[in-house]
Amino acid sequence: MTSLQAVDVALDRRLAPSSLNAPAGQLVALVGPNGGGKTSLLRALARVDYAGGNVMVDGEDLDSAPEARRRRLISFLPASRDVAWPIAARDVIALGLEKPDDARIEELVALFELGDLADRRVDRLSTGERARVLTARALAARPRALLLDEPLSNLDPYWVFRFLDMFRAAAASGQILLIALHDLRLLSRFDRALLIAEGKVQLDEAPASLMASERFGEIFRIREGADGDWEIRQPADQRSSP
Amino acid sequence: MRIFIALIVLLCIAAHLLLPLAPLREAHAIDPELANLLLVQLRLPRTLLVIGYGAALGVSGAALQAIFANPLASPDISGASSGAALGAVVGGYWLGITQPLALAACGAAGALGTLALLIGLAGRRADTATLLLAGLAISLAAGAATSLALALAPSPFAFYDAFDWLMGSFVDRSLAQAAAALIPAGIATALLLRRARALDLVGLGEDVAASLGLRPRQLSIEVVALSAVAVGACVSVAGAIGFVGLVAPLFGRRLSRGYPGSAMLPAAAIGAILLSLADLVVRAVPLDRPIPVGVITALFGTPLFIWMVITMRRRLAA
Repeated sequence: MTSLQAVDVALDRRLAPSSLNAPAGQLVALVGPNGGGKTSLLRALARVDYAGGNVMVDGEDLDSAPEARRRRLISFLPASRDVAWPIAARDVIALGLEKPDDARIEELVALFELGDLADRRVDRLSTGERARVLTARALAARPRALLLDEPLSNLDPYWVFRFLDMFRAAAASGQILLIALHDLRLLSRFDRALLIAEGKVQLDEAPASLMASERFGEIFRIREGADGDWEIRQPADQRSSP
Repeated sequence: MRIFIALIVLLCIAAHLLLPLAPLREAHAIDPELANLLLVQLRLPRTLLVIGYGAALGVSGAALQAIFANPLASPDISGASSGAALGAVVGGYWLGITQPLALAACGAAGALGTLALLIGLAGRRADTATLLLAGLAISLAAGAATSLALALAPSPFAFYDAFDWLMGSFVDRSLAQAAAALIPAGIATALLLRRARALDLVGLGEDVAASLGLRPRQLSIEVVALSAVAVGACVSVAGAIGFVGLVAPLFGRRLSRGYPGSAMLPAAAIGAILLSLADLVVRAVPLDRPIPVGVITALFGTPLFIWMVITMRRRLAA
């Protein structure tokens, strides 16, 4: 059974030693307030920062996998949409592959509806367009696990839903997906949610029960209003208020 | 395109070796052996140095630009060339080193010192303004220190003597000197070229590169050290030559689809072409004393540099 298993990954003061097990086929969301540790956890899992502990994908230790192998095991999409060099979109996607593969690139160009944009320099694309290019790069090598930091930010609604469909299809095909999510209204579309705050995984549940829990409202400092939408908790509800 | 560029490089090598033709022909008329001697003892070291130095500037410029993620980082702008000159001056005039390879080591040490200082001052991912200001400060300081070292040098002729090579000169270099510059520079550039793929991937951002198991920090240290060796060794023999290391990578990236690491090889070819053309201009100028090569590269490089700054400003404003 394909899965990503992390044991005691930690990042100095940003992330307490954390362990988790993410099986293939599920859409796992990471939610939490700003600065709570979503990005730190993803970076620790992707081994971007030296993070202690170990991360196994399909039973293979990431730290001992060479570049070509690692590319097949995981892919990390950072939250930043910047590319330092004026490279054509198509060539950015190509960097996601170990060897040149025009057929795969064309497939991704079509999937992300890049069309004419594919030959334009990424620095001349809009942030949302660049998000599509960079996500295509992250998916290119068909890795076992996708660690995506806020892939749905900067997208218009059409692309939010298209991305969610793609993630669902990836999960169905046996990939592992861990996705940091900002927009809580989309949480119900995931199978499982990790609530991360104060550098720790606080809760790990199905989205519906997570959102219904007292702790969830406390951490986000919001509550469900009478109209069914979220609203700010009144100061009287807050324990820290005088 | 590759074959075309390789042909131009070969053409430049041939032109640099044979032009001007008249002295060769005259020597040949007197004694074919003399023409041979002229070609091998005088022209060949100069041609090898010009081609090798130009290529080293192109490769190290492209590599430095890749790790700083900035098209203005280069051996001259970063202060590495000035540091190498300082190292070579201190080694040659204060420590009394005459052995070319030891002098090359002094040049490399100077370049390494200035690059380390630049990273300490500006940081590895500095914005353009910080990088330029820190590089300028270091260049000026190294330049002043070089002048001071020459002014106070034990030999009263140091200043005049050094002027000959500080701004770049390939006149009368021996094969031993060419070897002292080119063997370290050749090894360093070969090692840099092996990192092309890694430097391309760093173009996606250090985080993505790190997630693929590359170590961006280590890679930066490697690039800085190898660039210092390549540039330092060449500067110690032929002086500090500006702009080639800045401009060659710019054209190199046009030939590598914009990839910063793969740009190193074409940048090497373009650096070699530019420097051999500049030295041909030096030889063609009908003056009784040679003008420094650095003057020629600056003459063509300055307008290009200004154009780069203007386009960057426009991009930042947009």
